[in-house]
Amino acid sequence: MLDYILRRVLYAFPILLGVNLLTFGLFFMVNTPDDMARIHLGAKHVTQEAIETWKREHGYDKPLFFNAEAQGVAKAADTLFVEKSLKLFLFEFGAADDGRDIAREIQTRMWPSLAIALPTFLVGLLCYVSFALLLAFFRGGALDTGGVVLCVALMSISGLFYVIGGQYLMGKLWNWFPISGYQPGWAAWPFLVMPVIVGLVAGIGDSTRFYRALFLEEIGKDYVRTARAKGLSEPRVLFRHVLGNAMIPILTGVVVVIPRLFLGGLIIESFFGIPGLGSYTIDAIQAQDFAIVRSMVFLGSVLYIIGLVLTDLSYTLVDPRVRLE
Amino acid sequence: MKPVILWSDALLFLMLAVILLLVWLLRDQESLRAPWRRVMRGRMGAASAVILAVYVGIGLLDSLHYVERLPDAEPGQAAQYSGEVRSALDALLTPLREQVEKTYSAPFATHLYVKEAVTGPDGVDIRDYPRLRHGGAHLVDPVAGFWPDVTWRGLLGLLGGGVAWGLLWLTLGRSPGSASPGRSAMWTTLLAMFCVTGLLVALAPHYHVFGTDKVGQDVLYLSLKSIRTGLMIGTLTTLIMLPFALTLGIAAGYFGGFIDDVIQYLYTTLNSIPGVLLIAAAVLVVQVQIETHPQWFETAAARGDARLLALCAILGLTGWTGLARLLRGEALKLRELEFVQAARAFGVRHARILARHLLPNVMHLVLIALVIDFSGLVLAEAVLSYVGVGVDPGMNSFGNMINGARLELAREPVVWWQLAAAFVFMFALVLSANLFADSVREALDPKAKK
Repeated sequence: MLDYILRRVLYAFPILLGVNLLTFGLFFMVNTPDDMARIHLGAKHVTQEAIETWKREHGYDKPLFFNAEAQGVAKAADTLFVEKSLKLFLFEFGAADDGRDIAREIQTRMWPSLAIALPTFLVGLLCYVSFALLLAFFRGGALDTGGVVLCVALMSISGLFYVIGGQYLMGKLWNWFPISGYQPGWAAWPFLVMPVIVGLVAGIGDSTRFYRALFLEEIGKDYVRTARAKGLSEPRVLFRHVLGNAMIPILTGVVVVIPRLFLGGLIIESFFGIPGLGSYTIDAIQAQDFAIVRSMVFLGSVLYIIGLVLTDLSYTLVDPRVRLE
Repeated sequence: MKPVILWSDALLFLMLAVILLLVWLLRDQESLRAPWRRVMRGRMGAASAVILAVYVGIGLLDSLHYVERLPDAEPGQAAQYSGEVRSALDALLTPLREQVEKTYSAPFATHLYVKEAVTGPDGVDIRDYPRLRHGGAHLVDPVAGFWPDVTWRGLLGLLGGGVAWGLLWLTLGRSPGSASPGRSAMWTTLLAMFCVTGLLVALAPHYHVFGTDKVGQDVLYLSLKSIRTGLMIGTLTTLIMLPFALTLGIAAGYFGGFIDDVIQYLYTTLNSIPGVLLIAAAVLVVQVQIETHPQWFETAAARGDARLLALCAILGLTGWTGLARLLRGEALKLRELEFVQAARAFGVRHARILARHLLPNVMHLVLIALVIDFSGLVLAEAVLSYVGVGVDPGMNSFGNMINGARLELAREPVVWWQLAAAFVFMFALVLSANLFADSVREALDPKAKK
């Protein structure tokens, strides 16, 4: 088991290196630091001097991969690739273009993100799986057909409409919650309820239909027929046998996203004014602050790989046949 | 008038030509026709296919671009062309395009949304809602004359639509063939589409059916123009994604070993980057390139088109992983089957095995994945445009429409019609795409329950 985890961690390095090379290529080779400086300095007629100054101030005045002027190891080390890209492996994110420390921002913004993403995820999973079980229980009946039609209709609506509609109804018309904003600590909860509800409703169509399909596939299998033939009640068959065996495909899709909950939701956060990582990223994209985007890409990949390892580990919990060698 | 072929138009028509050619070449293959007949025989499949066809029709009309010739300043001079690229759809919708108001007006309004100083009948300036320049301008008395006029025109439009449908049905609808639920569903949907079109044709030139936006443009016109963008994103992306997914996915599964390792590494790496972020990063780079090289593009339309294509390319290059993984798994299974083993034992070359034995056996998966992806891509466009990494902000798209409209909900009274129009048009497109995808999956997937 430990062996396995160790191997997976080692295997993560080439992937993260690939991710870094990709973003580095995008942000430094296709788009040179000169282009970047020009965007931030704004005006169309910028002098080369101003560009050089900006690059020096933000640490972009080095060669890409190979520093011919330096001595010894520094030939390879004192370059943009090492400074800006490889240092991410040590979680040294450096400073954003506006001068603020990215690592500190991530640490403070992580919690509001989690405060929305975690309840949405947990309550969502519970709701969607129960709805899907309900539909599967009444399969072929009017409730099932109606439910599936509703699911397809719900998943055909753009997520933006859920946010706008939710804000309009709950925030403006009924005045239940503040439309947007955030306060630290326990005072945050009125600001959190609406994003969570909107997030839940937005995911209902897709997920319920997905889980229902999983359950229906299990229901068609022989062991379910055997269980019924033994005289077990339908709820017992559904909960013990079908749900238990459907756990593997459910976990495959679910566990991998858990670490990513830290990153929060891009759309939800920026619409509701939550100072989390999602809105941080969106702001960075809109301000073309590539340092933040690079850091978030790296962080996202790390969390994804952690999620993959967790998924494998979770299989051993639900399926005794799975052994990690 | 001079036709202009934008890059995306060329690709779209190329794709259309290839599809038509394939359909024509394979028209006699009963095994290929049967599933499609099954799709069209179902109620959902037939009805959604009709609606999708209407959307595609509008999108194609909007892809026939041209520039207007300017009146000659002096005789004998070389012809000058306008810098504004229009499409056949623009020409059809000329009244809608040209009937621009000052600012917002509600659907079917006869008066503007905001008060202005107007000269009253007695010559005194008062602040009141002025009459619209075009919406309901033909009414003498906008209060008393409104309902009779709308009802009359509406009925006439419905009648026109109904008659046109009836004529079509008389010529085509009674042709011999098996009656199926799909057939009647198709004709019912067609009737509905004809009636809606009739209504719009009768009412839209005289009223703003979906109101007007901030700068007074007709929202119905904007919605119709947005359709092409959504379709382009949905189709061109798959066109770009398909070669990657097919070659890499099948190669990984069939050859295994080192090739498999490399391809798996590639898609794990791509997958590990959060989707929106990767797209955002790539779009930002393209955006900077476009901004720093204005000399590449002659017209604003060409620039918007380049950005649309870039977006499709980016979505395609980042989106092939899912299908590739699916195909890898399938190829892995097929590789061990007897007919492939036999072909290998006979010494058939790899290329031939791949083309003759593997490819036809994964095509149903590919088709299913493509129709399922389509609706997701249309939805993705809206989100990406909101984030600021979607299509050009000057381009008509559902995302830009929603984006422009969302802040206006805070106004009093609420400006809801832009959102409503975007919602209706998008919902109809995505819903029919989803339903169509379901029918296709049911018909093509041998594992799906009949």
